[in-house]
Amino acid sequence: MSTSKPAVMQWIDRRLPVTSAYEKHMSKYYAPKNLNWWYVFGLLAMLMLVNQILTGIWLTMIYVPSTAEAFHAVEAGMRDLAGGSGWIIRYMHSTGASFFFIVVYLHMFRGIMYGSYQKPRELIWVFGMFVYLAMMAEGFMGYVLPWGQMSYWGAQVIISLFGAIPVIGDGLTEWIRGDFLISGITLNRFFALHVIAVPLVLVLLVVLHVLALHEVGSNNPDGIDIKKHMDDKGRPLDGIPFHPYFTIGKLPMIIIFLFVFCGVLFFFPEGGGYFLEHANFEAANPLKTPEHIAPTWYYGAFYSILRAVPDKLLGVVAMGAAIALLFILPWLDRSPVRSWRYKGWYSKIAVILFALSFIALSALGGMEADVKNTWLARFFAVIYFAFFLLMPFYTRWESTKPVPERVPE
Amino acid sequence: MTQDGVNQGRRRFLYIAAGAMGAAGAVGVATPFVKSWYPSEKAKAVGAPVSVDIGTLEAGEIRTVEWRGKPIFVVRRTETMIENLQQDAFMSRLSDPQSEVASQQPEYAQNILRSLSDDLLVLEGVCTHLGCSPQFRPEVEPQPFDENWMGGFFCPCHGSRFDLAGRVFRGVPAPTNLVVPPHRIDGTVLTVGEEAA
Repeated sequence: MSTSKPAVMQWIDRRLPVTSAYEKHMSKYYAPKNLNWWYVFGLLAMLMLVNQILTGIWLTMIYVPSTAEAFHAVEAGMRDLAGGSGWIIRYMHSTGASFFFIVVYLHMFRGIMYGSYQKPRELIWVFGMFVYLAMMAEGFMGYVLPWGQMSYWGAQVIISLFGAIPVIGDGLTEWIRGDFLISGITLNRFFALHVIAVPLVLVLLVVLHVLALHEVGSNNPDGIDIKKHMDDKGRPLDGIPFHPYFTIGKLPMIIIFLFVFCGVLFFFPEGGGYFLEHANFEAANPLKTPEHIAPTWYYGAFYSILRAVPDKLLGVVAMGAAIALLFILPWLDRSPVRSWRYKGWYSKIAVILFALSFIALSALGGMEADVKNTWLARFFAVIYFAFFLLMPFYTRWESTKPVPERVPE
Repeated sequence: MTQDGVNQGRRRFLYIAAGAMGAAGAVGVATPFVKSWYPSEKAKAVGAPVSVDIGTLEAGEIRTVEWRGKPIFVVRRTETMIENLQQDAFMSRLSDPQSEVASQQPEYAQNILRSLSDDLLVLEGVCTHLGCSPQFRPEVEPQPFDENWMGGFFCPCHGSRFDLAGRVFRGVPAPTNLVVPPHRIDGTVLTVGEEAA
């Protein structure tokens, strides 16, 4: 092999492991051949991350982090930049954030369906959850920057959550805001965190997520361990090289995704008030909370859980627990099989109920908290928690189907 | 403690000593980074008292003034409102009707109506749940959020409800009554941010 390599490549490889890294992570990384379309969302998440970073850098060029100018800098940037590039870049970023969350939620659901978090992939899941947490922080702080009504009042509510912590709560909220109320000081530090600190952490976590994945190999819809059956060269018999077979194979899906993304970007960039809320096209007014305040849709589920509990501290605790339980999912699942294809009926029903309750809670998070919706949120919150808390029992007691040794043809 | 000519005990002591020094150094370096996030001297200095003439405030009306960046609600209550606030049946629906949580008001407002004079209510318009600004809903009529609504404040964020003395109802997320800021009244001039004598 090395003889056919060009001299330049040989020179580089002796100094930097380019070829071996390419082989380890692309051409000789073996992906199970039965990966279905659910497996495209990891790639798409990567694509959206690149989109966010690229458009974010350009937005930084028009943005001014001050309470007097932020709102108008964003609005003027959208109107004035040459060739309408301003609104395209802003909406690529804001719509991109929502699509980033959509693909990541589908990516996570894929992991839950096929038990991709199970041994030996616990760390992949945990790193992924940290990516999700960093995304939530990033999305929140980014939403504050345009300094619209929802930016201001969203920040007010979210930062006040920390005030629910006994004893240190009030001091902590002052420390986060850097002031006795949300002010320009808060805006400036959120700008710094959103533009440099969190993205650095996010990229590092994605690298760890992928490195951990490439150490143990991808799971698949059947949850079969393809490393059990190798050929004489040590390649999994049911594996195909990630590149070009998986990457090119998933190209049509990526193109379909981009069509959908562009369709929304050009025709419904505000997502009907779900991606960018209408109240955020009005400059921040610290004296008046908007009539109807709701977080962007991707926080809706957790916000619903917060609202469902009629006690300040317990509400915050419940919301924190709803996120924390996702982290320990690998240790809650006691099933001997990974994929729900081979699990029993309890698991299948549990996963479907969990998905439905997550969707319902997300939707309720954008609605008004009247009596009916509060009770609905409580109902779905109970299902949400039951999915996790009962998992050690139903996954152990149900009867499972035998997992085939090899990937079925 | 010596193995193959290596003094393990001494080596462990040096590891721990060097590690402890390193940790102390890290804490020292972190200090300015953490401290810089606290409110600056400038942020602390802002917050001078504000005065408004409330001579023209009619009974049943609200006026919002800004003090330390917060909305301050000034309401002149009607006779009916004042009577309703003191009914026992109504007060049983509140979680702190006697304003016993001392942090929520100055001593001179620690009474049933939570005010210096019966008619004039001065409140920080900041929900004690998560900091939204509640809406003034003075009308006595059934509401989607409360069928026996007697007038008060409703927080649009998470549905907390307060009466016309800023007292919180039971069964809502807000834990305490709305804060009564330090204030004084000289004739028709209300000053927020200065204690009453």
